[in-house]
Amino acid sequence: MKRLPLTLRRQLFATPTDGIITVGLLTLLSWAGWGVLNWAINSAQWLVVRANAAALTIGRYPEAQEWRLWLLLGMLTSLAGLSWGRLRGASGWPLNDRIAAGLLVALAVGVPPLLAFGAINQMRLLFLLLLLLLGRLAFSHRFSQASSKRFGDWWALIWGVAYLFGLWLIAGGLGLPGVRPSDWGGLLFTLLITSLTLLLALPLGVILALGRRSSLPLFRYISVGIIELIRGAPLITLLFLGQNLVGFLAPNGLAPDRVWRATGVLTVFAAAYLAEAIRGGLNAIPRAQFEAARSLGLSSVHTMALVVLPQALKVALPAMGGQCISLLQDTTLLSIIGLFDLLGIARSVLANPDWLGRYAEVYLLLAVLYWCSCAALSLGSRALEKRLASPGLQSNPKPQ
Amino acid sequence: MPVPWWRDNRKLGWLIQLAAGLFLLLVIALLLGNLERNLARSGLRLTLGWLNQPAGFDIAETLLPYRASDSYGRALLAGFVNTLRVVLSGLVLATALGVAVGAASFSGNPLLRGVTRVYVELVRNIPLLLQLVFWYFAVFLNLPSADQALQLPGLQLAKSGIYLFGADLVNGELVGGLRLSLELAALLTGLVIYSAAFIAEVVRGGIASVPLGQWEAAKSLGLKPLQILRLVVLPQALRVIVPGLNSQYISLAKNSSLAVAIGYPDLYAVAETTLNQTGRGIEVFLLLLLIYLMLDLVISVVMNAIDRLVRLQER
Repeated sequence: MKRLPLTLRRQLFATPTDGIITVGLLTLLSWAGWGVLNWAINSAQWLVVRANAAALTIGRYPEAQEWRLWLLLGMLTSLAGLSWGRLRGASGWPLNDRIAAGLLVALAVGVPPLLAFGAINQMRLLFLLLLLLLGRLAFSHRFSQASSKRFGDWWALIWGVAYLFGLWLIAGGLGLPGVRPSDWGGLLFTLLITSLTLLLALPLGVILALGRRSSLPLFRYISVGIIELIRGAPLITLLFLGQNLVGFLAPNGLAPDRVWRATGVLTVFAAAYLAEAIRGGLNAIPRAQFEAARSLGLSSVHTMALVVLPQALKVALPAMGGQCISLLQDTTLLSIIGLFDLLGIARSVLANPDWLGRYAEVYLLLAVLYWCSCAALSLGSRALEKRLASPGLQSNPKPQ
Repeated sequence: MPVPWWRDNRKLGWLIQLAAGLFLLLVIALLLGNLERNLARSGLRLTLGWLNQPAGFDIAETLLPYRASDSYGRALLAGFVNTLRVVLSGLVLATALGVAVGAASFSGNPLLRGVTRVYVELVRNIPLLLQLVFWYFAVFLNLPSADQALQLPGLQLAKSGIYLFGADLVNGELVGGLRLSLELAALLTGLVIYSAAFIAEVVRGGIASVPLGQWEAAKSLGLKPLQILRLVVLPQALRVIVPGLNSQYISLAKNSSLAVAIGYPDLYAVAETTLNQTGRGIEVFLLLLLIYLMLDLVISVVMNAIDRLVRLQER
């Protein structure tokens, strides 16, 4: 007790009640921590995770085509490394970057042996890490600043092309053997559906938000109707609609695949929530901005696209980031309608008699994966906010 | 000089709306036509008459008396009552836990503050459905049998169910008290822990909006920390908290539909069984939509009434 710094001791044991709370919490925490540790080391059987690592990451993707996913991963890591380096520029290696790089190295070196990956896959992972770090280094020297600037003008386009190329790699067609959407699964499926839905939902959300503020009553009513109906219903009933009713509305036998129907429903769902976030941003833009833009002679379309929307989206960014995280979490509902997202594939693994009762191991692993993805999204959106923050505009404008 | 119609914003606006409206009508007509044809082919005309037919399936647990020979309508009603049961008890429990956690995040005790922070960050970043299946399959299904039931004050946890208010062990079975099924208990646990994290954030925001001077003034009057919270800070914080709670409550009501993943027969689960038996997707969907919208509406109306009560009365 004497060793504790005085201030901490004062805060933890300020009053008798505080002392009781502190001691009680400490006992509870150490009891729970010990219990979990004891379970994880002694009674948990982690074989289920090792044996199903492939299923959990890529589902039933055909083994012969796995090289396509490795290629995709290689492309993404190099691009991510390049973008990382480009973002930092010549500022070298700040503390955060060193921590992140250290974590990545530890993961790439430590996790594969734990999961009993084959030697080839271990080498591949190390190679991916090398690509990432090389990309990170490419722009950090002064002589490459010029090329960094040129890359900066193009990198949105490069990422877009890379995304389409990735879709082609995953789905096949155009020369590659096709892999049906029902064979995509696990983490791959979750990330793919989340990103695809987000990309489609953003423009739709902007349209709905603008429609809701439109001066033309028809568009306003339609937007309000769509947004409120969708926000009022639980997602699972909407997915139910997509799975069971689209077949009735489409002409004979032309209903799209179950995966695409679910994607469509998720897109509209996410768009309705994004629209409300964007509307909040639009409401924060002072009227003077419209008037100033119009008095410069910009048309109403140009006013929106060049002056108002860029600012509104910036203000709406925190709320939109929150919606992205919700969307990632909502993809787990696809497991209820029988698709093999990360949770769905886990449930199908657990339904296998070989892995009877290994719920805690698998679900804890999933919890860690989802938690890390959500935390990464939230860190990313916060970093973006900071980067885009303009001094003049705040999300809560002071009342006049 | 008169403005030509293609330069007249007002006329142009109406023309655009007219065109969009016609296009929309066309699409809707096309879809309805498809629907009509597909329904006619499968012999399912839109009607609600089937609600009176006997359902023929059992529901694991109902508050409302229900037998398999009762009608589909009765089955859906029983499911709705089950949903209400979860939503209402969930609201109360989640609010209690959320307010406690939100208030605790202002404690002077750094350990307590840290624990609330970790709780909120942990729970909000893990999907609710994953938490539900974890509670049900990994925790509640692994409970010991009745004669070795876990004893907590006023609570006994066993494979046969959760017993509140002191049940007794008779012939190796727990009798008496209030029994909750494992499904209901897991659903409530998951929903409450998840929703409470969000409610705690709302409460935290509300308390943070009360100026520090209020705390100091109350303290200088000699009030104890809990008294300060109860008498001075929370009443003022409520003005900010109530609108935030409204949307959290609606989320909770909608999230209760995830019950279907762990086998609790709520409205959605019963509706799905009904669809599988009757094939009446459209009617079932419309009923579901209507009921959930009503539920949201009722919550909103009640919360808005509370909002008016706690709002600052200005001259």
